[in-house]
Amino acid sequence: MNKIGEHIRQRAAELLESREIDAFIGFRQGSLPMTTQHYVARSAAEAQNLVWNSFCVLNPTNILPSLLKSFEPPRRPGDPLPDDLPKVGIAVTGCWSRNLAIQFQENQASRKRVIAIGLPCTGMSDRRQILAQTGEMVTEVSETAEDLYFTGGTVASLKRTEILRPNCASCVHPQPVARIMTEVIEGDCINNDAAGRFAEVEEIEAKDSDGRWDWFSSEFSACIRCYSCRNACPLCYCPTCFVDDAKPQWVGKGLNSSDTSIFHILRAYHCAGRCTDCGSCEAACPMGLRLRLLTKKLDKDVVDMFDSEAGVEPFKPLPLSTYSQADPQPFIVQPSHSKGEDS
Amino acid sequence: MTDINTEWQPKIITFLCTWCSYAGADLAGVSRYQYPPNIRVIKVPCSGRMSPNLILNALKGGADGVLVSGCHPGDCHYISGNYFARRRFGLLGNLLEFIGLEKDRVQFTWVSAAEGEQFADVISQVTESVRKLGPATRLVKNIPAEINVERACANE
Repeated sequence: MNKIGEHIRQRAAELLESREIDAFIGFRQGSLPMTTQHYVARSAAEAQNLVWNSFCVLNPTNILPSLLKSFEPPRRPGDPLPDDLPKVGIAVTGCWSRNLAIQFQENQASRKRVIAIGLPCTGMSDRRQILAQTGEMVTEVSETAEDLYFTGGTVASLKRTEILRPNCASCVHPQPVARIMTEVIEGDCINNDAAGRFAEVEEIEAKDSDGRWDWFSSEFSACIRCYSCRNACPLCYCPTCFVDDAKPQWVGKGLNSSDTSIFHILRAYHCAGRCTDCGSCEAACPMGLRLRLLTKKLDKDVVDMFDSEAGVEPFKPLPLSTYSQADPQPFIVQPSHSKGEDS
Repeated sequence: MTDINTEWQPKIITFLCTWCSYAGADLAGVSRYQYPPNIRVIKVPCSGRMSPNLILNALKGGADGVLVSGCHPGDCHYISGNYFARRRFGLLGNLLEFIGLEKDRVQFTWVSAAEGEQFADVISQVTESVRKLGPATRLVKNIPAEINVERACANE
């Protein structure tokens, strides 16, 4: 971890010093222990503030499109962009690199203007799980490749493998997507068994309809509709979100459970076939909702039905922007006399 | 046959594509095929125009069922609208089932402009399956008072 952090600082400083890039997106230490925040380094000196630890949970590609746009000169609609716009550097792990692939596909970022540095990822730690074990009084954290050490908590150390975030514990693509990386830092990656990757979803699928509704209504009843999940998500870049629409108003503004449920269904649905399970939404949620379960369910269906995974093949069309004549349609109601004839 | 005056009748919002299914519904009418009067038809340009927002809005507004019907695969007036729609419907149907909405609340079908009889048949099937489920309560924003009372009595 420290070696990777050192490498990031050094490369970012070099790239900024040589003016190859004008900004580098990474993380700096947050104001509380076990937190980090997005950080845009704009000079070699600022690059020294970059950190890399197991609490870098917010997806840095989230701020990439707006940062790239900030370098674009004002122009009339339809006017071409100048060719020599400044470049931006970004350090990405497996899931973030797949978000980058999707941003390239959806024209939210230009590949020519991004210097992507691939990082090996051993999984990030779940701050909530740690606080539950150590208590809230932790003042300082240090880490090695295997363990985390706490000052001030009720527990002195924890194994990193025991407090992995659930999305990291079920991650099967920790390697950055090599085809869109400018350079890759070599190192050990987390190695999970692909067989159990959808275990969290299957656990809920096994319930009956009433059980699933009880789970859904209780899980999302705590939602305060702060939209942190949406704001933390690199897939949510629409200038006007459906939640802000007034005519028609798809979701009401209050805390009505129907509105909250529909917000969460639609938010997850908009990520269908695009979500890389980076866990940014859950990390940002102040109420600790397990928002990923909905997007993970969609991931599972996209894999099952369309054999596609978000960002793994960076130049293939996204599953919902393409189709196959052989797509499964077991859900179609058939007229009674032709049942079984039609596929 | 259920007595329309005394028994609870489901309301089913039906989105029909203008080129096939709406014409199919028209044919069912001019051919005098009988089907339950529980559907409320909304014409959409193509099944590919169907956004999950529309389906969820219908459920939120208290629809007991939602049916979306488009042209058969390969017959789309816009060549491929229904193929895109099929991918979306598959995912949305599974997601709604996953969150615990009853399976038959939201249904999808293909009806061509020549299938008046099939249209009547599909509507009968869908109406019966929704009738079995009873009044919608999940995802409904303002559940009518009489349904709430019925639910409370059923739970006791």
